[in-house]
Amino acid sequence: MGPSIIDVFLQYWPIFLKGTVGTLKYAFIAVSLGSILGALIALINLSKNKILNAIGMIYVNVLRGTPLLVQMYIAYFFIPIAIPALNSITKEVYVLIALILNSSAYVSEIIRGGINSVDRGQTEAARSLGMTASHTMTKIILPQAIKNILPALANEYIAMIKETSLAGTFMLYELMYTRTLLANKFLVWQPLFIIAGIYLVLTLILSWLVRILERRLSVSD
Amino acid sequence: MTNTNEVLIETVNLQKNFGCLKVLKGINEKIYKGEVVAIIGPSGGGKSTFLRCLNMLEEPTGGKVIFEGDVLDAKSTDLDAHRQKIGMVFQQFNVFPHLTVMDNITLAPTLEKKIPKAQAEAEAMQLLKQVGLEDKAKEYPRKLSGGQKQRLAIVRAMAMHPDVMLFDEPTSALDPEMVKGVLEVIQKLAESGMTCVIVTHEMGFARNIADRILFIDEGIIMESGTPEEIFDHPQIARTQEFLAQVL
Repeated sequence: MGPSIIDVFLQYWPIFLKGTVGTLKYAFIAVSLGSILGALIALINLSKNKILNAIGMIYVNVLRGTPLLVQMYIAYFFIPIAIPALNSITKEVYVLIALILNSSAYVSEIIRGGINSVDRGQTEAARSLGMTASHTMTKIILPQAIKNILPALANEYIAMIKETSLAGTFMLYELMYTRTLLANKFLVWQPLFIIAGIYLVLTLILSWLVRILERRLSVSD
Repeated sequence: MTNTNEVLIETVNLQKNFGCLKVLKGINEKIYKGEVVAIIGPSGGGKSTFLRCLNMLEEPTGGKVIFEGDVLDAKSTDLDAHRQKIGMVFQQFNVFPHLTVMDNITLAPTLEKKIPKAQAEAEAMQLLKQVGLEDKAKEYPRKLSGGQKQRLAIVRAMAMHPDVMLFDEPTSALDPEMVKGVLEVIQKLAESGMTCVIVTHEMGFARNIADRILFIDEGIIMESGTPEEIFDHPQIARTQEFLAQVL
């Protein structure tokens, strides 16, 4: 059996800490940059231009309909071939690009859903007052949509924390990568339980924070 | 009620289809400045769609809407600027739930007409007093009753100083005891000389307030005339049937 889980954790906790920080960091980068890109995709999907709609829907469906691991492999091996100029960039960035693109597809649907959840009458009232389309969006629709969007975005961050475990496959220093490091020291099963435990603690804490956020946002209803 | 001969809104062969359903089948009508026009008719007859075409909330499938001499659906027309002069009140109030009563009223004037905030607020306070909501200025709409929300919606539209007010079944979503207060506000508005176009099921109110009644059914204006002509001596069988059902 080898040393106990507790012994392994006490001896190697700096490695797990570094892995946890890596996981939180990559998930944060993926969701925040994914949100900016996702907002653009949402606008494309909400526009009245049928061609833009089609492009947006293809983008979302491809990224949501194929496994993230496949997307990471494609990014990892194909980007250096397709764009040789990027060869000098670290491989970390390729994997992050896959994470960001993947996240943007989910976020765009979150934003689109949030905007669509605002009653049509709100838009009609604003436009009937002579408000411009952009003022209607920024002053009337988005402030109301944000109540639905923020909790869903936080949930996307929680999901992304688990998704980033795939990045360990490509030697990105996150939680799952600590398994590889410790397996080299012939510690095979103990790190797995520690890793699972850390993921669980992270997601439970964040889910609890999301519930508080949801309660705060619903106060003004 | 001041009836001049100045045409405020004119529709020319106005048509609207939803898919293959023809809701408006070519309506030619003139609304004159200072006039109070009530639109009655059965549900699904096209009266709300007609009203919503007047400020282009529904884009006409064919024909024209001319407001103060400008064709509204022309590409060169600044629709937002024209809509500022066409107030609208909805059946479902559509007040902005994330804004206070005060901000509901001042948002559009400060944003689109660049009126200084202090001035807009002073004016909003005046309007709120007229409808008995002055003590609600800092509240959010969720604290208001249906009738209060609708009075807020009317005031919000008035704050843009429109040349005409469109009312789309303004009392249909209200509890019966709230109806009177809202109708009184509309009546006061009409008596002040505001041009009003009102889609309503309140026949007594329509008769009382309107200079002219339009009976719309099957996508056309079946009959129009003074309240006495329509209610006491309807000429067309369809109008007679409808009035027999609702009166």
